[in-house]
Amino acid sequence: MNASSDVGYHAQRQARWHYGEVAFWLIVLACGFLFPTRYLIMTDILRLALFAMSLDLILGYAGIVSLGHAAFFGVGAYAAGLLALHGIINEPVLALVVAGLAAMVLGFATSFLVIRGVDLTRLMVTLGIALLLEALAERFSNITGGTDGLQGIEMQPIFGQIPFDMFGKAGFFYSLAVLFLLFLFARRVVHSPFGLSLRAIKNNPLRAAAIGIPVNRRLIAIYTLAAFYAGIAGALFTQTTAIASLDVFAFERSADLMLVLVIGGTGYLYGGLIGAVIFRMLQELFSTITPQYWQFWIGLVLVVIVLVGRQRLHRWVLYVPNLVIKQVAGRRAVVAVPESDA
Amino acid sequence: MFTKVHLLSMTAILTNLFDGVAYGMLLFVLACGLAVTLGLMNFVNLAHGAFAMAGGYVCMVLVNRMGWPFFAALPLAFVSAAAIGIALERTLYRHLYARSHLDQVLFTIGLTFMSVAAVDYIQGSSRVFINLPAALQGQFDVFGVGIGRYRLMIIVICGLLTIGLQMVLAKTRFGSRLRAAVDDPRAASGLGINVPQVFAFTFAFGCGLAGLGGALSAEILGLDPYFPLKFMIYFLIVVTVGGSSSITGPFLASLLLGIGDVAGKYYVPKMGPFVIYTMMIVILIWRPNGLFGRAAAR
Repeated sequence: MNASSDVGYHAQRQARWHYGEVAFWLIVLACGFLFPTRYLIMTDILRLALFAMSLDLILGYAGIVSLGHAAFFGVGAYAAGLLALHGIINEPVLALVVAGLAAMVLGFATSFLVIRGVDLTRLMVTLGIALLLEALAERFSNITGGTDGLQGIEMQPIFGQIPFDMFGKAGFFYSLAVLFLLFLFARRVVHSPFGLSLRAIKNNPLRAAAIGIPVNRRLIAIYTLAAFYAGIAGALFTQTTAIASLDVFAFERSADLMLVLVIGGTGYLYGGLIGAVIFRMLQELFSTITPQYWQFWIGLVLVVIVLVGRQRLHRWVLYVPNLVIKQVAGRRAVVAVPESDA
Repeated sequence: MFTKVHLLSMTAILTNLFDGVAYGMLLFVLACGLAVTLGLMNFVNLAHGAFAMAGGYVCMVLVNRMGWPFFAALPLAFVSAAAIGIALERTLYRHLYARSHLDQVLFTIGLTFMSVAAVDYIQGSSRVFINLPAALQGQFDVFGVGIGRYRLMIIVICGLLTIGLQMVLAKTRFGSRLRAAVDDPRAASGLGINVPQVFAFTFAFGCGLAGLGGALSAEILGLDPYFPLKFMIYFLIVVTVGGSSSITGPFLASLLLGIGDVAGKYYVPKMGPFVIYTMMIVILIWRPNGLFGRAAAR
């Protein structure tokens, strides 16, 4: 077997659906029927998962560290809010796509700033862009509603058929469908030659350029795509909660997002999804112990994760599942330790 | 029409310039510790503002609750922030120097969140004020230009500190050790310089300066538990725009930022912090290593 077909074989094997993945999505779907009283928090988790998946695309696959991913979330949220509030596009799915595209345009425009420079410059530029947008949203309070946010948003039924109900059931399944579709697309993208070239860039941009990968164009493409995803997540936020306020741009949102992804692990797409579940559970737990000071515990979790080491932590967590798989199936574990050196 | 004339009058410009310089000097004292950790040690310390906040709160407690005189509390603010700094450096930070920027960012964001919540828990979330001695209150006129006493004191203290720092860096043995350790840690340790010790000392000193700056800034910037988050971006701007090759870069950047921010808020109040952020992004795109930085990419 020659080298290129060998690479192709492994790439294809990686890209195949595992039983575990099918089970994962079935469990998520089942949650929708098992916990009918918890739709609101579950919708929240789905939204966060989508947002984290968006960051995973640039952080886990392309190695771009961003402190301002909330910028795209915010643009999506306000775009969806304004479209619904002024009745420009009443149909939620279409509005969702348009809001995502708005964030995507911003992502494309700012990607040229982000691909320049090293980590530190990227951190500053992404943070600066998010703060800039927050300042803009505050400045043009006649459009954005300022600190009060957009109020009085009324969502029309999805496809004109399914109305949003007050228990959030429609919102949950709507979010789940969006998340699943976008996940399928992201999965296709990261396992494509394009996705593999991104990994090459992440591991060593110079070497990637030397073997003929157009580094900057690839980074622009994935950054733009990630912005689209974040915009959709933001739009879902507005559509399912019927509010959009200044805090969609907040630094805390970008920082929390990092934590979500770090908990779940980067570079295998499920990190954001698993991280979102654990993060929300932690948040619930902390806010029941100390309602006002849960941020302290979130900070502590971050510090501990970094000090213990992200890779070591994931090895510990996956130790039991791997052992079970080894015993039951008698083969090498399929639950892989995610790549997490971003 | 009258206001227009008034806005552009000479005295108004000079008063703004004076306030801007005071503000810039303050930013410099707050951020120059970060210039060392971020610029020289290449460690992304987003928790720098937490040390400033610690100093500010120590000063507040000493002056308001225990009745210390303001000028006696200032050194204590420095010492306490430096002590916290060195304790954290020895126990936590030093393990992270070799780690990726992402790890450093996550770690220091975590520390910042913890400090915000902890101070909120201990002292409450509202803004605190430090009782100033009467001699520092009010302002006097010099040829019609209003000079705030407190701001004048800040300019004097921070100016002296800057000169002192420059002297220490340029003239003393410790200064040359630090510069050597920064330029090439391996060669420096080969020459018998205890690089970790130099870094630890510098880190602590930077934290101390931040603490002093925090105590001084309570009156001007406002001191509340969210201080580290609110001013994080300002510190980062000072360092990234100023570059890290010398102490002059961050100093000029601070003055530029201070004057720009004060003037921006006075002349185009509606644009808010917009001007500053735009300036920062433009400068970073134009000169990724900072306005006064050297070309070498780190």
